Amino acid sequence: MVVFQKPHALTDTPFHYCPGCTHGIVHRLVAEAIDDLGVEGDTIGIAPVGCSVFAYNYFNCDMIEAPHGRAPAVATGVKRVHPSKIVFTYQGDGDLAAIGTAETVHVGARGENITIIFINNAIYGMTGGQMAPTTLLDQVTTTSPYGRKKEIQGMPVKVCEMLATLDGVAYAERVSVDSVKNVLAAKKAVKKAFEIQQKGLGLSIVEVLSTCPTNWGLSPLKAVEWLRENMMPYYPLGVYKDVTKEGEQK
Amino acid sequence: MAEKLLMKGNEAIAEAAIRSGCRFFFGYPITPQTEISEYMAKNMPKVNGLCLQAESEVAAINMVLGASAAGARVLTSSSSPGVSLKSEGISYLVGSDLPCVIVNVQRGGPGLGGIQPAQSDYNQATKGLGHGDQHIIVLAPASVQEMATLTGEAFDLADIYRTPVMLLADGALGQMMEPVDFEEKPHREIPPKDWACTGHGGKRKPNIINSLYIEPNDLERTVVERYKRYALIEEKEVKYEEFLTDDAEIVVVAYGITARIVKTAVKAARAKGIKAGLFRPITLYPFPSKQLDAIADREHVKAFLSVEMNMGQMVNDIKVAINCKKHVSHFGRTGGVIPTPDEILENIEKVGGAN
Amino acid sequence: MSAILIAGFGGQGVLFAGKQLALAGMKMDKQVSFIPSYGPEMRGGTSNCSVNIDDEPIGSPVVTRPEILLVLNLPSFEKFESKVVPGGTMIVNSSLVHVKSQRADIHAYYIPATELADQNGLSGLANVIMLGKMLKATGIFEFDYFRACLLASAPKSRPQLGEMNAKALEIGYNYEG
Repeated sequence: MVVFQKPHALTDTPFHYCPGCTHGIVHRLVAEAIDDLGVEGDTIGIAPVGCSVFAYNYFNCDMIEAPHGRAPAVATGVKRVHPSKIVFTYQGDGDLAAIGTAETVHVGARGENITIIFINNAIYGMTGGQMAPTTLLDQVTTTSPYGRKKEIQGMPVKVCEMLATLDGVAYAERVSVDSVKNVLAAKKAVKKAFEIQQKGLGLSIVEVLSTCPTNWGLSPLKAVEWLRENMMPYYPLGVYKDVTKEGEQK
Repeated sequence: MAEKLLMKGNEAIAEAAIRSGCRFFFGYPITPQTEISEYMAKNMPKVNGLCLQAESEVAAINMVLGASAAGARVLTSSSSPGVSLKSEGISYLVGSDLPCVIVNVQRGGPGLGGIQPAQSDYNQATKGLGHGDQHIIVLAPASVQEMATLTGEAFDLADIYRTPVMLLADGALGQMMEPVDFEEKPHREIPPKDWACTGHGGKRKPNIINSLYIEPNDLERTVVERYKRYALIEEKEVKYEEFLTDDAEIVVVAYGITARIVKTAVKAARAKGIKAGLFRPITLYPFPSKQLDAIADREHVKAFLSVEMNMGQMVNDIKVAINCKKHVSHFGRTGGVIPTPDEILENIEKVGGAN
Repeated sequence: MSAILIAGFGGQGVLFAGKQLALAGMKMDKQVSFIPSYGPEMRGGTSNCSVNIDDEPIGSPVVTRPEILLVLNLPSFEKFESKVVPGGTMIVNSSLVHVKSQRADIHAYYIPATELADQNGLSGLANVIMLGKMLKATGIFEFDYFRACLLASAPKSRPQLGEMNAKALEIGYNYEG
């Protein structure tokens, strides 16, 4: 069946991700976009520290592993050397919205022609379930064992909303991979982000609400429910910026 | 011979980099090296190059990582506190075997320190630029001319050995003007960068630039391989200068700006009948240990005096190099104070008297 | 061998004067170095620069014991007068320095450079007037040679600057006081 055919842009290396983790789905979406656009030979991917640090084993394009939080800066260096190539980063929430906030904001400010795939699962997965900048209020993690409190750790960061305010950001959309319908929408968003880069319009970012059943302490199915009930209300899905449709955005 | 230009050391580095084919510069302003950024901002566009002011030193070194991974010759520069910020990225560059040139126009420290010239990042540069088992080549120019020639050399060494190379200067060398002549440097064979991430174009397997080895044995193997390369560099690339050491009884060891001042002091000592000489390491890593050891074996050599603009950082490398077979002492000024020839002479006399 | 120190306020053209000396030395194939003081003093306080001109390679670029000292203001006089080597030369801008050196072992010359500049419509060129006096007092460069260097170093778009510098040099060189 065609549906289960592996995209060419993915290698044969089996994913190391936990059961029910949505990284695998998002990897596939990125690979499908690369296949659809026929740019595998022109793409350079960058994966910094986080669960996806091994992404260089999974994608069939040139890949660079970056220091924690620094993928946007590394991508800047690559893109400035090869402006005609497709450059994407694949970053988690701790990487993008905590240790790498400055790098993230400034690729937006400069309008770097790169694409950021941002995995928001509201927790640090690789190190075993610590609080992320996107951890929700009252969410229990190993470093917020009594739940995240506004008075102590402040409020979760809304990345798309923040980046949409920057003139250099061409496209910012938040998607989810909790259902077939949303996966299809996410697929369109990822492809569009790459197309925007091809057109040289500025930074494109797709934030993907994702699950981390292992560190959330839930079954894969319960994790999807938790995502819908808790993450979606605080992180509404939708297009936050799209310079190709000025005037139609929310 | 090409026409000589009167240039600041900082400007000479920038111009030499452009002439060496560097077309990418990423930096962040900090005294006393800012002229490098300013020169690049003005002159890179004229050669279709890029000078990009990053949001931080951290971002700048990672832009360097990206540009280097993409196959470009790339430069960044900073001064002491900024280099500390870059050290994370330098460790990743080493771990990924990526070439680049990093300039440190040193100022006094620790902390925000001062902005006057110092050599107090010697240990950081030669031993501690980032975590892990690692070194980078460190070159110490002593004149504006050498700021230029060693910059060209640094790019070649970086590409040949796939390693970051640091040009360790100081605020005096950065700010001073001297005649400089950008003569063609000797041609060196540079291996093709077939490892670079340029997009495989369907013509080769994907290239991966990576410093992560989750299996201890794999990581150990890469580190051991890298140390073999360091041994090769030590064998082939050590540079130093000797001045009046043939019959010297007191050998002063100094590098960079300090070595010039020592030269004046050595001449003054000779005028007083003291047989002093200067040994000037040009590569600080690898340190010219064998060469110093050979000098220590000479019977007429009585003692070594290390002169630095710090509290005594190179002095231990000298002791190790000569296995303490002759007495080694240190004289230094720090915090941005430049030693005078007179006070160095005083210390040469002191060492002479004690031996 | 000439170890020269030029000191004054920021904005008095101390660095320009030093650079002209280094350039003139370089064009004669001498070894030269120029190093400015840098840092907060650049921003309105005192400013100084060291110039070495020599046949031998130059050791320390920083001149701590000048053979020639140019002082354009009082704080510089107070700071550096005692540092001049015996037998050395000191040129003092007497428009701003109203004291005289008590040292008998140096050659001191006094020239009201700021007033001379203002009187001749060369406001801001007290530095070059001082250089003129220095040439006369020390013979470090031939007048015509140095004048030609000054003219050559003016930006091509503003040749009148070179002419003004040449005029200032001449005033200093010919000043008898």
